[in-house]
Amino acid sequence: MIKAVSPPAAKTSGYRIETRTRASHAVTAVASALVIFLAALPSFAGRGIIEELIFVFYMAALAQCWNLLAGYAGLVSVGQQAFVGLGGYLLFALTIMAGIDPLAAIVLSGVLAAIFAVPTALVVFRLRGAYFAIGTWVVAEVYRLVFAQFRQLGGGTGTSLGPDITNTVFGIDWVKSMFDVRAPAARDIISYWAALALAVGTISLVYFILRSRLGLALGAIRDSEDAAESVGVDNWRVKLTIYVIVAAATGMIGALIYLQTARISPDAAFSVLDWTAYVIVIVVIGGIGTIEGPLLGTIIFYLLQHYLASFGAWYLILLGALAIAVMLYAPKGLWGSVVGRYGLTLFPTRRRLVVQKGALRSYRQEA
Amino acid sequence: MALLETRGLTAFYGDFQALYGIDTMLQAGETIAIIGANGAGKSTYLKSIAGLIRGAADSVRFEGAPIGATSAAEIMKRGIALVPEGRRLFPSLCVEENLLVGRYGREAPGPWSLGRIYELFPGIKTRRNSASTTLSGGEQQMVAIGRALISNPRVLLCDEISLGLAPIVVRALYEALRHIKAAGTSMILVEQDIAQAIKVSDRIYCFQEGRLSLSGRPSELSREQIHLAYFGT
Repeated sequence: MIKAVSPPAAKTSGYRIETRTRASHAVTAVASALVIFLAALPSFAGRGIIEELIFVFYMAALAQCWNLLAGYAGLVSVGQQAFVGLGGYLLFALTIMAGIDPLAAIVLSGVLAAIFAVPTALVVFRLRGAYFAIGTWVVAEVYRLVFAQFRQLGGGTGTSLGPDITNTVFGIDWVKSMFDVRAPAARDIISYWAALALAVGTISLVYFILRSRLGLALGAIRDSEDAAESVGVDNWRVKLTIYVIVAAATGMIGALIYLQTARISPDAAFSVLDWTAYVIVIVVIGGIGTIEGPLLGTIIFYLLQHYLASFGAWYLILLGALAIAVMLYAPKGLWGSVVGRYGLTLFPTRRRLVVQKGALRSYRQEA
Repeated sequence: MALLETRGLTAFYGDFQALYGIDTMLQAGETIAIIGANGAGKSTYLKSIAGLIRGAADSVRFEGAPIGATSAAEIMKRGIALVPEGRRLFPSLCVEENLLVGRYGREAPGPWSLGRIYELFPGIKTRRNSASTTLSGGEQQMVAIGRALISNPRVLLCDEISLGLAPIVVRALYEALRHIKAAGTSMILVEQDIAQAIKVSDRIYCFQEGRLSLSGRPSELSREQIHLAYFGT
């Protein structure tokens, strides 16, 4: 990571590029404590809270994925439901037809989604800007229509996961005896942990990508595509790498979502509203191109849904109005406004220069 | 064998043909200048060499290998670095980061290091932690040259480095180019400022509406010949 931009010569002359700040160490400590607390939550929280949090976690993970794709790699896709649905269907296929354990099937769905992403990218990467966005949506519709053809997976009406599969998920007996709960509650706890792992995993993934050599390339591409090419960044390969990584993560999230609901249909699994439009709203409200933004957006989205869902259509109108208001008055999102005003960063990915003592002298000697 | 050579180089923007069969040659250690009026195809020529515009593989040869259809990133790795028109610094990076990112694709041994670049442009050393957007045009151009140099390229391509800068700044930049040349780096300069370009170049090529209208050593060419080749009248 640090080596990416500071070659051996620079090291001896006392310069180093760092991304960490003192505040970020504190954030790491607080975040670790929070994750431990959340992991222990099922031992004292009710099943209602657990189910709500599963939703929060997977929406946060989806938002991080879309943010990495659109906010950092400039790939504004409105077809990520293709990989949510693909992950969901792969989970059903792998568990029902191949008899694989659901948790292993989640991981495998991610791997297979990444493989599907390569030919998909070869098609949609030929398009630019708005055409790319529309192209990804069209591809997602193709996925939906194709999966509606599989009779073994319920065709157009969909199918369910039987209790013989959901109640035999890895570790369920241990959870049942540990927490003294019945099978459905134990299943929720396992899904909860998996969702927590995916949320933490995607945040860490984005953080480490941005701090790596790949992140430097992404920043350069975002600033100027031609100039990035001219310093040796292969834009196409960098974007393909991000697209495939995001597809894998999105596929795993999709698999988890449909393990939790235990029922899948093409219209729900490949829903542009649920898996892309809401996710875009979250990222836009929170702040695109930051790690904190999608997290803040997810919390706001959850609160709005929780308190306004009973208003029916008004809820969607309000959500849309809020997104438009944010775009007009805080185009960098709510977190973007915070950063602009207070310079606060929880996940520092900007590189800053650390000058060591004697560095200037060594330059003079070099000269 | 020439270090870099174009043979029958053509380039198109859609249906519009910008270059018609350009033959040029750059020997190792040499500096050549491409001059011509606006729209003559100078920048297109440079972008074709840098890989930002791709054409027939054989139309550009570097160290004997065809690179006309090679990607910009790969060409940069092989040792041809571009100082793009309009500097194109990375606004989200500070000055020193902008220099260091120049080594992203290629880290070759050679005369140029961060320290040597600061020596060449002492003015930007004092601003090394500043946001690149706060620099003056001249300083930005120095960073852009430094960013290309730091990878120790075999060939440095400079696209209109004097554009929009005060004469005193242009003189300072050309003084730096003399040092770069003395260090053994070959250069192709695309310029509208003929007087400056001629002074540092071993040979010049004049473009007119996508065609080569004149070439030769500066000492062998008269003002009238250059004037005619430049303006066409």
